[in-house]
This record gives sequence, structure tokens and C-alpha cells, in this order.
Amino acid sequence: MTAPLTVEGLRQLKARLRAEGKAREEAIRARVTVHMGTCGIAAGAREVLEAVEACVREEAATDVWVTTSGCAGLCSREPMMTVERRGSPGAMYAGLDAKKAREVFASHALGGKIAEAHLLCIGSERTD
Amino acid sequence: MILASPLPRLEDVPFFAHQRLVVMRHRGRIDPERIDDYIALDGYEALPKALLEMTPEKIIGEVKTSLLRGRGGAGFPTGVKWELCRKAPGERKLLICNADEGDPGEFMDRSVLEADPHAVLEGMVIAGHAIGAGEGILYVRDEYPLALRRMQVAIDQAEAYGLLGSDILGSGHSFRIRVIRGGGAFVCGEETALIASVEGRAGRPSPRPPFPAQRGVWGFPTTINNVETLACIPAILLRGGAWYASMGTETSKGTKVFSLVGKVKNTGLVEVPMGTSLRRIVFDIGGGIPDGKRFKAVQSGGPSGGCIPEGLLDLPVDYEALTKAGAIMGSGGLIVMDETSCMVDVARYFLGFLMEESCGKCTPCREGILRMHEILTDFTEGRGTEAQLALLEELAPVVKDASLCALGGTASNPVLSTLRYFRDEYKAHILDRRCPAGVCRSLITYVIDEGRCTGCMVCRRACPAEAISGGKRKPHRIDPERCVKCGACRESCNFDAVRVA
Amino acid sequence: MDAERLDGIMRRHDYAPSGVIAMLQDLQREERYLPLEGLRLIAERVGIPASRVYSLATFYRSFSLKPRGRHLVSVCLGTACHVRGGGRIMDKVTRDLGTPQGEMTPDGRFTVEPVRCVGCCGLAPVVTVDETFYGGMTQQKVAGVLRRYE
Repeated sequence: MTAPLTVEGLRQLKARLRAEGKAREEAIRARVTVHMGTCGIAAGAREVLEAVEACVREEAATDVWVTTSGCAGLCSREPMMTVERRGSPGAMYAGLDAKKAREVFASHALGGKIAEAHLLCIGSERTD
Repeated sequence: MILASPLPRLEDVPFFAHQRLVVMRHRGRIDPERIDDYIALDGYEALPKALLEMTPEKIIGEVKTSLLRGRGGAGFPTGVKWELCRKAPGERKLLICNADEGDPGEFMDRSVLEADPHAVLEGMVIAGHAIGAGEGILYVRDEYPLALRRMQVAIDQAEAYGLLGSDILGSGHSFRIRVIRGGGAFVCGEETALIASVEGRAGRPSPRPPFPAQRGVWGFPTTINNVETLACIPAILLRGGAWYASMGTETSKGTKVFSLVGKVKNTGLVEVPMGTSLRRIVFDIGGGIPDGKRFKAVQSGGPSGGCIPEGLLDLPVDYEALTKAGAIMGSGGLIVMDETSCMVDVARYFLGFLMEESCGKCTPCREGILRMHEILTDFTEGRGTEAQLALLEELAPVVKDASLCALGGTASNPVLSTLRYFRDEYKAHILDRRCPAGVCRSLITYVIDEGRCTGCMVCRRACPAEAISGGKRKPHRIDPERCVKCGACRESCNFDAVRVA
Repeated sequence: MDAERLDGIMRRHDYAPSGVIAMLQDLQREERYLPLEGLRLIAERVGIPASRVYSLATFYRSFSLKPRGRHLVSVCLGTACHVRGGGRIMDKVTRDLGTPQGEMTPDGRFTVEPVRCVGCCGLAPVVTVDETFYGGMTQQKVAGVLRRYE
């Protein structure tokens, strides 16, 4: 149990997390986010995540950061996954399964080449 | 790098291009089980501002400036609601986050809880400070196991950081949150019923006044806010009420999350500025109707809502416009119906739902809904008469006017709105004993189009009633005497040879 | 039913009358349904009339007073599932299992219940088995799903 944060402590934590995040983004090759709300999981997101994690192990790709999020919003195209490579916009992939996720991983996360066959769009949602 | 054909960009995909994210501002960007992800963005930035730099009155003022209205359905101004509770006499006050998303066909709240739990918690702590409550209750549907788990993880993490608990950020404000799992009763969406349920009683509404802001849980002044409402709060405090109020229409500000489902190509969660037209939502964002079918209606507002026809698709979504059209905003469910959806069946469906969910306390709701459902069942089963139609039209306003709470008070909406826009479908059921959409089982027959049938035997094997005859490569036939109208043949046919007549 | 475990549940909720709904939820999680004996024990220890416990157990839809099979099949009949044929899925499941809604199959394998929306509307029609969600169901597919459960 850590001590409760003060306002200053929260500010410092935020600054540290941002710096760490930035450093991590610069150190890694790619970040892969599997979108896992109830809908995504129902459509097979867990299998997608497992496939991606297996890829990381098989390729010993320790410089690929695999993470998850809640739902990406487009239920009818689940399971979905976002791949971001340093210095280029992320890409959203849709309608995946374990096999397709492996293809996307090999092509985009490892190779830097967008896997067009499964691509939904380039770019990720940002708020203004 | 030059590409032969340009790859689609997010801003070219209509589903995303027309959305504006406030509630879902962190969609796809944070791991909901890591508080650090939330903090690394703009998470818990509004909290110190609210607790240390703003008085409760100032917070309420800002929320009033935003003109945010409750997203649970009734659309009551949130700032005013908070002010009433703030001003209510009493030392102990409570805040309830209503996450008992009860309308069938909707999942906005589930998604927010699952994707951005800390936004809800941060909104709750701020709301607690504003109304003067030291305790919060998160009332979540038990049918949402993932949301429950993620909220519990979030609460534990926020407590570990001291962002929940006593003397938060050294402000002197303490706030604790207790999770209560709902029991699956739709009526608990009604505030007084919800309070009864929180107190451990059966969720039956009671007459208002007293309003919860005066006498709520255990008799203490209580504010009940919906998940989406609370998730807006951090953003409003960070960017200002005026910013929020700059989006939307005259009477409805900000953005609204809709769950867009039914007979539409792109199903999912859609957040758009208030005032966006239904046409844009259904046809641009939703991509229109699949399989080349024709649009018929969009049902808005759940069982208390209504069906909006093609002619009103350019209607801007806001509280007043939808109400005028005979529907309601509700909590944001939009269910798209096409030519194969029967509007009489839809009305019967909602009344059946409400009949089972009526708590039974007041007679107009308990008996009135039952009678309306009986009449609608007669229509869909081919026993309807014009006299019944007249009775239905007489009964519907009575149930509306005489019921104790909003469940009965809005129960007639599905009937009235379908009667208003789709009267010809009612007439077809009653006068011609025909269901134009091909839905009502008693009024349809399945037939095989011999020209299309290849005699592949697939439907014959799928039929549970052995009603299909005909050998290999010979056209099949359905024996109407044996047919149970389950539709298995139609579903299994690869040649679109099974027709509904 | 294990009376000691039930007592543990009641202790977790301080034997408080306001905690009875939560006790019933926890009991149901363990037993898969609410045995009458459990309701009586709760009434006794909490010190409220058994009729009040019974009224809660019958008011809230998520409670079942009948024993349930090893797997709970919930066929979603929310609006989106309804317009996309959820009712036909329900008919198919009950017809194949030869057991009406709310009853346990004679072999104790399944209980089938309708559910008023599981919030997975984008994938309608939806069926859940225990806590696993299956979307985009058809009569054919749901038969395949049920075959996976013993």
C-alpha cells in the first residue's frame, strides 16, 4: 500500500508516466492494442490476443508492446486490433481471427508493412 | 513511399469520420485495468481542480453552464439536479451512479464502464464533492460481469492511490464507493425504485414528491446520475462548461452516445454532437441497410420510446425533437428496422417486455399493459378486430396518464408511435390477416420457389418437422400442414429459394 | 447446500436486512439457484420474515428458485436480438433439448432461460452459455455451440 497521493504527487506521477510512455514508445518497434470489450471478446478477441502473444514469444519480439483496451466501437467488425509503429500513424485492423492476427503481426508489427487485406483504416481516433 | 491505391484513412471511414468523442474520449487508447494509462492521458486532472480550486457552488455553476442534461433518459439538467441536492438540508448525502442499463438493445453504459472505468469514478468523486456527499454507490447490472470486474479493479487502484477514500489529495473531501449488483429488474431504472433496491427492498417505485434530492436512500438527500452523465464531468471541468455548450442544439448540448444496432451494416457505439440527423447516423455512420433491403424505421429510446419512419430521418436528434416525433431520446438506443421488421410485432414485443417488468404496484400499468399486450397478440395471431383497435387507442392514453411512474407513463409509446406512422400495417393484420413484413407466424407460410430450388436436400435435413418433401435434384415442397414456421429452411438455403408468403 | 458457507456469505454482508439481495446473489453464484432452505436460513439469521426473503427472490428476475443444469444457456431476447431472430433461436434450442424455458434438461446438462439483453447488441442474435458470449447466432450455429458442452 503506497501513501495516498498529494496534488504534487499526482502531478509528478503524471509527468513520470508520460516520460516513461514516451521513452517506451521510442524504445519499442511497435505497439499492438487488442480491443477487448464484451462484444470484442464474444467475436473472438481473446483468441486474437493469444495469437499475438504467441507471436511475441515465438519471435522473441520483446520490443513489441502488446496491450489491450475496451471496445473500439465498431461491433460488426470485431475483433479489432490497432498496430502503431514508431514514426508512422497507427492502423486499425478488423474482422480478425487468430490466423489473420498472426499475418498482421508479422507484416506490420514486425515488418513495418501494412497488412492491407485486413486493414480497416489508417489512423487512430483522437479527440480534439 | 508511394502507394498504387491509397489506403483508407480514418477520416475517410464514415463510421469514424462523423463521430465526436467526449464520453468515449479514451476509446481504444487505454488499458481499462491500468489506472496509470488513464493518468498518463488527462485522467484525474479535473479532480484536483475540482477539489482544491473550486467550491461546490462553482462546480455546479460550471455544470449548469455546460447545460448537460441527464443521459439516463429523462434529460433533467444535471447542474440543477446537483444544486437541489446541495441545498437540501442534512449532513449526510449520497450519490448513486446508475449503471443498471435496463433498456434492451442498448449498451452505451456497459461499454463506458468496460473501457474507461476511471472516468466514471472521477466523475463520481467530483459529483460527490459538488452535492456534499461522502459516499457513492455504483449500481451495476449483474448481467455485465466484465464491467463489474473492471470497475472493481478500478476502485481498488484508485483507493491505493488515495484518489478514493478519506482526505482525497489533501483536500479534506472524503469519498467512498460501494458496488451494488442489480437484480435484473427494469423498473429499477426509475429513481425511487432504484433507491428501494439499494436499501435491499423490492424495487417498487413510490410517488414523488418527496424527490430523491430531498429524501433518498435511508431518507438522506440523494442524487442519481447515469454513467454517461458522470463520464462527461471530468471533460466539462477541464475544458469548461462553455466549451461543452458550444456543441449541440438550442435545448440539447454536447454529444450523445448511441448504440446503433439492428438491421444496419455497421453496428456499434456512435458518439455525435446533439443535433446530428438520424439519416447521418443510420446511413453515413451506420452504412445503411444490409442485403439491399429497404429502411423502414428506427426505434429510439427503448421500451419507453417510439419508432421513427423514413419521412422524419432528417430530424436532428435532440430531446425535444425526438419527443415531438413520438419517440424519446431515452438513454440512446437506436434500433434500425428494415422492410422485414413488422411494426405490430415490435409494439407487441415492447409491451410484452413491459408487462413482465411492471412491478405490479399500480393498476393502470399492471392491467393496462396486460390488456394492450393481449390485443396486440390477437393482431399478430390473426384474431384482431377493428373494435380492438379502437379499444387499444382508447386504452393507450389512459395507461400513459394514470400510471404511477415512468414505466407505465411511457409504456404506450411503442403502440402510439407505430399506430401513428404504420397504421397500414395494423390494418393489414386486422383486415387482411396478413403480415406485410413476413414476421408474424400465424399469418405467413413458407414456400419453395421451384425455379430457384436445386434439390440439394439441405433444407430437408434442417427441417425439424419433416415437412419438406422432394428427392435429390428435384424441387422440394413444404407441407403447410406440418410446417412449424421456424424458418430453418430459409436460413439454411444457399440459393434463396425459400420464400415467405 | 452448505449451511456454513451460507453463513459465511451472510457474515460478509453483516447479516444486515439491506444486504439480503447481495446474499441471494452470492448464494445463487455458489448453488446456481436459490434453494428454499437457504432462503429460510437467511430469514432466520437476518431476523426478517421468510416471506420478505421470498418476495425479493421472486421480484428480481435474475434469481431462480428451480435447480439449474450444469450449463446455463441464456438466449438474449433484447430488442436487437428480437428483430434479428432471437425468438427463433430460442425455439430451436428448446425444441432440440426437448425442455421448455426455465426447466432443466432431464440429464442435468442445461437450463435454458431467456435474458432481456446482455448488452452485446452489435452481434445480435446472441446466446451466452455460462459466462461465454456467442454472437451472430443462427439455428444451425447454436446447435453447434451446445454440442461443445457436456
